[in-house]
Amino acid sequence: MERAVSAEAGAAGGGWMQRLDPRVKLAGILSLIAAVAVSHRADVIAALLAVGVALAIASRVPLSTLISSVWLAAVGFSCALAVPAIFLTPGRAVATLPLLGWPITAQGLTSASYLVLRVAAAATFGFLLVFTTRWSHVLKALRAFKLPVVFVVVLAMTYRYILLLLEAAHDMFLARRSRTVGRLAGVERRRLVTQSVGVLLAKSLHLSSEVFLAMQARGFRGEVYLLDDFAMARADWLALASFAAVSAAAVWAGR
Amino acid sequence: MHIPDGYLSPSTCAVLYAGASPFWFVALRRLRQRLQTRLVPRVSLFAAFSFVVMMFNIPLPGGTTGHAVGVALATIVLGPSASILAISTALVIQAFFFGDGGITALGANCFNMAIVGSLVAFPVYRAVAGRAPLESARRVVAAGLAGYAAINASALLTALEFGIQPLLFRDASGAPLYCPYPISIAVPAMMLGHLTIAGIAELVLTGGVVAFLQRTDVTLLAATAGRRVPSSADGAVVGAAGSLRPLWILLGILLVLTPVGLLAGGVAWGEWRASAYADPAARQAISTASLDHAPPSVPPGGLGRLASVWTAPLPDYAPPFLRSPAVGYVLSAMFGAGLVVLAVTGLTALLRLRQRSGSANDTVNP
Repeated sequence: MERAVSAEAGAAGGGWMQRLDPRVKLAGILSLIAAVAVSHRADVIAALLAVGVALAIASRVPLSTLISSVWLAAVGFSCALAVPAIFLTPGRAVATLPLLGWPITAQGLTSASYLVLRVAAAATFGFLLVFTTRWSHVLKALRAFKLPVVFVVVLAMTYRYILLLLEAAHDMFLARRSRTVGRLAGVERRRLVTQSVGVLLAKSLHLSSEVFLAMQARGFRGEVYLLDDFAMARADWLALASFAAVSAAAVWAGR
Repeated sequence: MHIPDGYLSPSTCAVLYAGASPFWFVALRRLRQRLQTRLVPRVSLFAAFSFVVMMFNIPLPGGTTGHAVGVALATIVLGPSASILAISTALVIQAFFFGDGGITALGANCFNMAIVGSLVAFPVYRAVAGRAPLESARRVVAAGLAGYAAINASALLTALEFGIQPLLFRDASGAPLYCPYPISIAVPAMMLGHLTIAGIAELVLTGGVVAFLQRTDVTLLAATAGRRVPSSADGAVVGAAGSLRPLWILLGILLVLTPVGLLAGGVAWGEWRASAYADPAARQAISTASLDHAPPSVPPGGLGRLASVWTAPLPDYAPPFLRSPAVGYVLSAMFGAGLVVLAVTGLTALLRLRQRSGSANDTVNP
């Protein structure tokens, strides 16, 4: 929930990406992520990561947030996962681990660097998109890419009710904790969690009936209309061309 | 279980996006027919619920905790079609907004967790629960087992997707481009955690919530309970989950298509036999694949020693009784991918047969 609030605040900031048309941002970021996935050279992926960091700086995204929210979680996990590959990947041994005597292979090092760099670059681009764009604008932009309207509406409604149900779950646990003295046994804690999930399930189904009635009361007949009021400015076309050029160059250089 | 960007090749991601889309289409069409205008709020609220449940820490026996996906719970309450859509929606928001699971790997994550999870959970639940009353303890066991089977089937599929990456995608030096671990490492590594912690978390969550619903609002379990399931609350309840046949046919088609992606010519880089070093044709192939570096005249000592230690039950992915390695390769791939599905289908058929013979006996001796 905190991340949702900080992302909305970030989207309101006056950085370079915040000023762009959401459709350009979505297309640009997706093409950069695709370039990261397609590239077969670690130095090209590292260059794309540098582009991501430069975009973050230009968009006034605090680097501390980028490091704590993205790199520590996603990249840290992948680093831990990539370490055994250094020893397990067959190939030319370049060094030997002291004491254990395990061979460190060149292919293992390259493979581990592919994995970590790809995760870092893709996670940075994904974070940039969300941090600099309101969720409602991301959804509208998805609609511009011909995603079925019913799916876009489901996504919008889901996001809105995630925040509500998270609050409901938080309140339930807080209420229970405030009435609990001492430490509960394992069985009791399991019962508490499953009961809370059960109550939350009943609440969500009840809420869905109420939301449906509210929609019907406002004339909903199963058709959805969205207000699409994006307009491309010159800076947007320029940015779109830049995104396309960088992605194409990365794909070409990393082939 | 949420695969991030960078672990799967773009072609694997594209195949899994393409594999998931017919299921989304069929599920959406079936729900539209049944729910009509109620579709949007029902799926949205349940997707939001699934998202929140994925964040719960489930306390497990032994003092540890684990996260659950909740796919079996969604399937039991809503039916497989709505579950596929709701869990997929939750995964889309996780990928885009919270960076949990990659954007390129979104199709893979939806296929593994939402689609295969729902399609495994539903028959297991129905088969084990049989015609037991809605309030019976058997349904709690069935729900727990459905959760356990669903999450482990998803984990196995994820591990297989990881495992084929180093087999198919390497750079010129032979370094794996994406996930570096072969099937022999990826499957045990994934399954160890899922057969124990994650599987039990799913079992505790699904069984526990079904037990709670039996005491509080048993009607929520009626939709997928099957026909003529007795309930003390309102006499007979008629199930409305609909036939799974179209979804199973889709999965069957995908299973047949799976090995097509594996039919690459030649031997994967670095996977040469010790005998290949003595064969002139094989030496030429190794040299061509290694940027014209000639292989050593004798096989590396370690390779020679270790080659005879372990003979896989399906060596080179081809059963020994098959003459054509290509056919064997295809069959082995289908065998691997279809093992879980076959086990579930067999179990369902067996239990259905027993139920039928039970009901026949009831007719003869009322």
